[in-house]
Amino acid sequence: MKKHNKKLSDFKINETGIVIAVLGKGQIRRRLLDMGITNDVKISLIKKSPFGDPLEVFLRGYVLTLRKSEASLVEMKMLDEEGNDA
Amino acid sequence: MLNIGIVGNPNSGKTTLFNNITGSTAHVGNWPGVTVDKKEGIYKRGKEKILVTDLPGNYSLSPYTDEEVITRNFILHSKPDCIINIVDVTNLERNLYLTTQIMELGVPMVLAVNMMDLAERENIKISIPNLEKDLGIRAVEICALKGSGTKELMEVAIEEAGKKREPKSLLKLTKLKGLIDLVESKLEEIGISSPLFHAIKLIEGDEIEVNDHPKLYEEIQEKSKEYQSATFKDDNEGMIADARYQAIEKISKDIFIQKKEKLDIIKQSSKRDKIFTHPVFGIPIFLIIMFLVFHVTFSENFLFLGGLFGDDFVTLSGTSFEGLFGEGGINSPGAMLLTLIETLGDLFMGWFAGVLEGAGAASWLVGFLVDGVFAGLFAVLSFLPQILILYFFLSILEDTGYMARIVFLLDRLFKKMGLSGRALIPMVMGFGCSIPAIMNTRTLNSREEKLATIRVIPFFSCGAKLPILTAIAGAIVMHFGIGNADLITFGMYILGIVTAFIAIVIMSKTTLKGMDSPFIMELPPYRSIKFSSLMIHLWDKMKHFIQKAFTVILASTIVIWAISHFSFGWRFLEDSQLNESILGKFGQLVQPLFTPLGFGSQLNQYGWVFAVAIVTGLIAKENVVATFGTLAAAIIAGFSGDEEGVSSVIQIIGATGITVPALISFIAFNMLTIPCFAAVASAKGELTRKDFNWTILFWFVTSYLVSTIVYLVGTWWWAIFIVLAILASVITIIEINYRKYQKRKVEVTA
Repeated sequence: MKKHNKKLSDFKINETGIVIAVLGKGQIRRRLLDMGITNDVKISLIKKSPFGDPLEVFLRGYVLTLRKSEASLVEMKMLDEEGNDA
Repeated sequence: MLNIGIVGNPNSGKTTLFNNITGSTAHVGNWPGVTVDKKEGIYKRGKEKILVTDLPGNYSLSPYTDEEVITRNFILHSKPDCIINIVDVTNLERNLYLTTQIMELGVPMVLAVNMMDLAERENIKISIPNLEKDLGIRAVEICALKGSGTKELMEVAIEEAGKKREPKSLLKLTKLKGLIDLVESKLEEIGISSPLFHAIKLIEGDEIEVNDHPKLYEEIQEKSKEYQSATFKDDNEGMIADARYQAIEKISKDIFIQKKEKLDIIKQSSKRDKIFTHPVFGIPIFLIIMFLVFHVTFSENFLFLGGLFGDDFVTLSGTSFEGLFGEGGINSPGAMLLTLIETLGDLFMGWFAGVLEGAGAASWLVGFLVDGVFAGLFAVLSFLPQILILYFFLSILEDTGYMARIVFLLDRLFKKMGLSGRALIPMVMGFGCSIPAIMNTRTLNSREEKLATIRVIPFFSCGAKLPILTAIAGAIVMHFGIGNADLITFGMYILGIVTAFIAIVIMSKTTLKGMDSPFIMELPPYRSIKFSSLMIHLWDKMKHFIQKAFTVILASTIVIWAISHFSFGWRFLEDSQLNESILGKFGQLVQPLFTPLGFGSQLNQYGWVFAVAIVTGLIAKENVVATFGTLAAAIIAGFSGDEEGVSSVIQIIGATGITVPALISFIAFNMLTIPCFAAVASAKGELTRKDFNWTILFWFVTSYLVSTIVYLVGTWWWAIFIVLAILASVITIIEINYRKYQKRKVEVTA
């Protein structure tokens, strides 16, 4: 994996990136895609639960929560604060 | 009659719209074979009546969940005249994703663009004409919460219902057009109806479609290589989902005149979330809210005002309504209503018995009607106010979006057991009453999670089981002069909770493997709620409960009454002759069964009273102690009872020679075994027949095993080592098997 690519599950709070791949199979993968986690979509990590899992992310104008195990299926390219490639 | 279906995402205001349209005509049932709500109601347009069906909330029409399959089958097979697709305008992109899938079916449809009031506040402006043009569907702006626009919406829906609509796919705006056109024309050639829908399903690799056209599917796989990107490889399903969003992004440029500044809105919501999902205060705030809900529903010392007023505050002593407002404290609204119904029941039954006796009715008839039918009914109906109040508060927490935050906060704690954070709510409710708790499991995600949760709910000891605990614990302290009653009571609560969690862990690794379904949940914005919607919801619950009270529960109650008031020779017996009844003889018959639990054959000739009390406890757990009173009066000369039942228990202890460990084991058995009929009936409503039967067995076996352990360890302390050794080996075997299963699962998916 390239230097500025990482999994959504490894994001820190307020980090933003765009989706480059959705892994997984069957129901989980379909659900991620159905909820709008598709190629080139911008996702920001807003918050983590007090126990570190699940995560609260923002995409397509709404807030989604998902567990780290599901978030680890989403590969991201990081963006800097201006929204450019980091 | 026209038949209109409402389809939309969860949290899009679908149910509010449905309630607006159908008012109080709604009727809730289940879809065949699954326990997903099927809501139907009537819309009256002058004299014309229109059937409206509220379909389950969905994000997609994928074949993976019951809700999605129901919606798909409804549109395809029930042939509705029109579909109203409600979309949340503040979250349009994701809502239109489902729309693009419905559009591909040829059913007439109307788009209900909801939350126009919020759109204004969030500075969102959309062009309805452009939306209609791009989708090829009529669109109506509405605000379901205020009820505006719904009349127009229905007019348009009725108008559209008469017309034909050509299926349309937005996917043709993307590079997939060529492939779809090709497959569509091939299907059309062989005379398939709605070729567009089936073409797209076939490209996705939908199992049913592939079986129908295996040859064509091979061709598609060959052909689709041209379209596949590095990300999707051979995953056509993913490719199509991705393309749908691409198409939506394309038309969004037309539709939105002004888009919201997204992060601002999120910050708005975050202000409240800063408090409610605070890393430190979030959980304490949740506990306080739950405490308040319970306090208002169940407390007999409301707001702890008891001490302020002293004992003689409006106790109404001497009147028929003594204790309505409380004794020694002030009743909470819930406790007040409970007492009210109980008092009214007593007054009615007293009056009714008088009338019957005055008319010279036979004593068995008076007993049957008063003690069998009405006493049973009032016992069950007296739960109703507290069930409804509890349900009222939980619906508010649910509808405002707070519950979703709780799930977010607590999910981690439950994930290890294979549950999601949502399962906590019904468990906590179980401490109040199992019935609303079991009903609440409908909000859980998977069958496995629901089943596991329903099974452990009775272990969270409900209010009606408390008298068993206090009476027996009190008697132990007084008769044997050991221990501390509060400590015993508290210990039993802990035993229930521990049993629940051990049972969940074991189930998640044996019979309910695969319980950890994916957790990907929308966190809806905080929303205001509509009071009338809430009332409709409560009315539904009440109707269901009363229906059950008058059927299943009443029938079971009458059976128990009959076997406790008739002898085998079918002679009517007074209460005091319980020992001679069918139930009494039955108790004597099954007494040996309870030997490992300490209240079986080791007791003397009166030992069967415990078996009888367990059976009468099935009507309502309060009956356990009351039965001791009845039996003590029957078998002990010169018996005198008391309110709390402590002295009844003491006399039963004296008469039977039961030991302390056996008494504790008896409490444990009543706590963990099959709950009261009302709770059993609720569980039956939430489970399939097979799951329900296994659940009954599960309750019996669990209570039997745990009580045996309690008795053995209590009697011979060193038995704990044997128990621990057995437990350890069972868990090891389960763990080894589970590892094997997981390994296999990974190999299959990899």
